[in-house]
Amino acid sequence: MSILIDKNTKVITQGITGATGLFHAQGARDYGTQMVGGVTPGKGGTSVDGFPIFNTVEDAVNATGATASVIYVPPVGSADAIMEAVDAGIELVICITEGVPVLDMVKVQKYMQGRNCRLIGPNCPGVITPGECKIGIMPGYIHKPGPVGVVSRSGTLTYEAVWQLTTRDIGQTTCVGIGGDPVNGTSHLDVLKMFEADPATKAVIMIGEIGGDAEEQAAAYVRDHMTKPVAAFIAGATAPAGKRMGHAGAIISGGKGDAASKKAFLAECGISVADSPADMATALLNIWTP
Amino acid sequence: MNIHEYQAKAILRNFGVPVPDGHVVYNSNLARDWARRLGDGPWAVKAQIHAGGRGKGGGVKIAKTPDEVRQYAKDMFGMTLVTHQTGPEGKTVKRVLVENASRIADEFYVSFLVDRATDRVTLMASAEGGMDIEEVAAKTPEKLFFEAIDPVVGLTAFQARKVAFKLGLEMPQVKQAVPLLLNVYKAFVESDCSLLEINPMILTAEGNLLCIDAKLNFDENALFRHLRIRDLRDYDEEDPMEIEASQYDLSYIALDGNIGCMVNGAGLAMATMDIIKHTGGEPANFLDVGGGATIERVTEAFKIILSDNKVKGILVNIFGGIMKCDVIATGIIEAAKQVGVSIPLVVRLEGTNVEKGRKLLAESGLNIVSAEGMADAAEKIVKAVNG
Repeated sequence: MSILIDKNTKVITQGITGATGLFHAQGARDYGTQMVGGVTPGKGGTSVDGFPIFNTVEDAVNATGATASVIYVPPVGSADAIMEAVDAGIELVICITEGVPVLDMVKVQKYMQGRNCRLIGPNCPGVITPGECKIGIMPGYIHKPGPVGVVSRSGTLTYEAVWQLTTRDIGQTTCVGIGGDPVNGTSHLDVLKMFEADPATKAVIMIGEIGGDAEEQAAAYVRDHMTKPVAAFIAGATAPAGKRMGHAGAIISGGKGDAASKKAFLAECGISVADSPADMATALLNIWTP
Repeated sequence: MNIHEYQAKAILRNFGVPVPDGHVVYNSNLARDWARRLGDGPWAVKAQIHAGGRGKGGGVKIAKTPDEVRQYAKDMFGMTLVTHQTGPEGKTVKRVLVENASRIADEFYVSFLVDRATDRVTLMASAEGGMDIEEVAAKTPEKLFFEAIDPVVGLTAFQARKVAFKLGLEMPQVKQAVPLLLNVYKAFVESDCSLLEINPMILTAEGNLLCIDAKLNFDENALFRHLRIRDLRDYDEEDPMEIEASQYDLSYIALDGNIGCMVNGAGLAMATMDIIKHTGGEPANFLDVGGGATIERVTEAFKIILSDNKVKGILVNIFGGIMKCDVIATGIIEAAKQVGVSIPLVVRLEGTNVEKGRKLLAESGLNIVSAEGMADAAEKIVKAVNG
């Protein structure tokens, strides 16, 4: 078992004829993901490296039966690409693109209300269920199948956590990168609920950052409803207020969202908080035995 | 991206929002002459820097005569203004805004921002105008009013009315507040702001609403569709190294420590700063080289880090991911040779072909210390710098 994706998930790539889109579609296919085609307006009916191309997501869904889509479309067209996938009945949309305007995402969130679709991202590494399905830009080989769920706002820091687990011979059910933007499709809380409901997931690592209060909301859920052990790390303890730390969402503003207060609240909620990013797996093993 | 008050007011004026008539000047004689052109006085003379709290530092004056305008402007040009938002080094005043001053009967606070909790643009208002809004939020949160805005229909007249009545306005002013707020919202959306703050919006003695100070921040991700807003950028207000880094799509922020960091990915970059601090060192910067750590980008990153003469050592932390470690190692070696790194350099590589990468670093003939894992890397660089 896993969350969001498994070996049966059929995936199309929006923006497949761009260098990035094609590179990662190939990487996902090599990993064993069912990459069934791609969408590039104007190139429908052709193919690239064995991937059939369609003009619209609707055409791609009708022809392939895809239920998931991954988006590598540049920022200017990302919001439109997400909405096109939603309209075509795609159930899981993963937007990798970095730099999507926040007001575009405000509109997308409104557009998605009441529809049977989940968005992951934007500005995220994607989702992987090790050994079964990889959708996104993460390196597949650092993962291995197992009992730990991982959810994070960042890319390489997620790899760091996964690597700490894998080198200790602890595998993962599913790793979800929710992205570093202030307005995104899926929150830490959403993913924790899915991990709680997934019988295969026995424990969770949650990686957060400064900015906003999404980590606190997730922590309150851990305190009140979660039966599985959760470890966490919050990046940005050394970040000064008012400076955006790379991610659009990673900014301490209005005296809120600093790492110290986040860590303190998480610990209050019964989460094992790592002070050092080198100790993410250790923090989990302090409260859980595989 | 931030802009000056006078630029913010020009944008608001274009959207039909009432702001005082004024003009920005670069010397004091022009300040006097523009004062005469603007009206009979009194006038507000306001130093233009990208920071709040200017009044307390002597950056805002009310002048009764054109000669007073000239004198105040003269005092302000070249002065280093230190406020709670500038840092201890302050900012040098190079532009001054002269505008008609008003008699103030009451003051209000109005802002629009993207609320992460609701994924909506939210109107925030308070009758405690002119005050530090963070203080109001902390001490008297009941005095703050919020309206979440539907992105499809936009701010509605009834929402604007609700807020206006909560601010305690009388009906004639409510009638002014509704179009004012609707137009400010329009300015926010059409300019892709991340924050638009009017503090204060005043009620004049004559019974008119007027926005006498305004601050606009823009969503960097949306600047690609706002060429005219990008023109408003004042590079004098930004850190020269941060400007240089942005030319190479490097995300760089200078800090006060002495250990330079070069990392791929924003989250890992923050975490690397954290582990340096955790190990007893002080990071000199945040630097995200992005996904592709190419020779060119790594070279530029080294140059930027080394141009900060506080830096006594560099920690490179790259999680290779898709890129192979031997390729990254080659990039680091080439860059280090080109730039001539003479201070301690600790490199932590992880990912495909990591052994090959470490071997290359060891055989490079350069003074590079290879590290395994983040903890090891942090200990090595802190030891090298602190002794």
